[in-house]
Amino acid sequence: MNKMDNEAIATLVKTRFPEAITGSGIFRNELTLIVKKDCVVDVARFLKENKELDFNFLSDLCGVDRVGTDGIFEVVYHLYSIYKRHRVRLKAPIVSNDPRISTVTGIWITADWHERETYDMFGITFDGHPDLRKILTPDDFEGHPLRKDYPLDGRQPATLRDTYRKGEA
Amino acid sequence: MGLESHLGDNILTTTLTTMVNWARKSSLWPMPFGLACCAIEMMSVVAPRYDLARFGAEVFRFSPRQSDLMIVAGTLTYKMSSVARRIYDQMPEPKWVIAMGACAISGGVYNTYSVVQGLDQVVPVDVYLPGCPPRPEALIHAIMEIQKKIEKESL
Repeated sequence: MNKMDNEAIATLVKTRFPEAITGSGIFRNELTLIVKKDCVVDVARFLKENKELDFNFLSDLCGVDRVGTDGIFEVVYHLYSIYKRHRVRLKAPIVSNDPRISTVTGIWITADWHERETYDMFGITFDGHPDLRKILTPDDFEGHPLRKDYPLDGRQPATLRDTYRKGEA
Repeated sequence: MGLESHLGDNILTTTLTTMVNWARKSSLWPMPFGLACCAIEMMSVVAPRYDLARFGAEVFRFSPRQSDLMIVAGTLTYKMSSVARRIYDQMPEPKWVIAMGACAISGGVYNTYSVVQGLDQVVPVDVYLPGCPPRPEALIHAIMEIQKKIEKESL
């Protein structure tokens, strides 16, 4: 049950995947690894199944819109090991004109709803996801509201208004 | 007991409208539509400290069919708005609505894609109660305003 320090985790993962890890950094004692999007499933599986790392808990999965500054979306994974009590953050950059990445639901089943939310909010497609439907916005809602190019007050009330008025005829 | 000694053997006359309105305003049955932090203030109003029973409106019903006053307390999103409308439609007439808090009045600070900018886009509102959240006393005041409004209604 030995907790690994950040440098040891980074070295172990980089040694195993010299091509896939394109960068790393430690900020306020939190380790971040930048992962090529095509390798994210392999790296994730290694992080979970390696006995020293043992990242058995996907504590968060979300998207970031950096299209305006860097021309990319990012999918961010926060991992925690309940037994070892250490953490790591993975960031996978995706080109903005075709935002898609492989699902990690096969590794952590909890990724299911997280990926649905990221799909709903950012329009990032998770290839291989068992049930990639919208999860938060109404069924008739069009677009992905957490994208920076979505207007803050981009309300879509037209269809709903028809629903309200039906009872008043 | 008591009343007769003040009035003696007398007949009181009134109008049917006054009588009915008096009965309605003295026995409001609120339907709590709690959506956010305002609902916490609404709950304290029916608790002993603020004691809404003094105004005859303490019996909150979670069935719209047994209520005549809908208190919408909190942030109304578009996804919830069709539910609010349906609940309102299910309440028997006569019925009244309080929009409680800045969000229910106007969307409040949430000028965003997901929030309805005012409950009155969905259902007719009788009393707008500002505050973020309003104090329990303010909700009592709003209910008293509803009572005043009921007094003036015609059958």
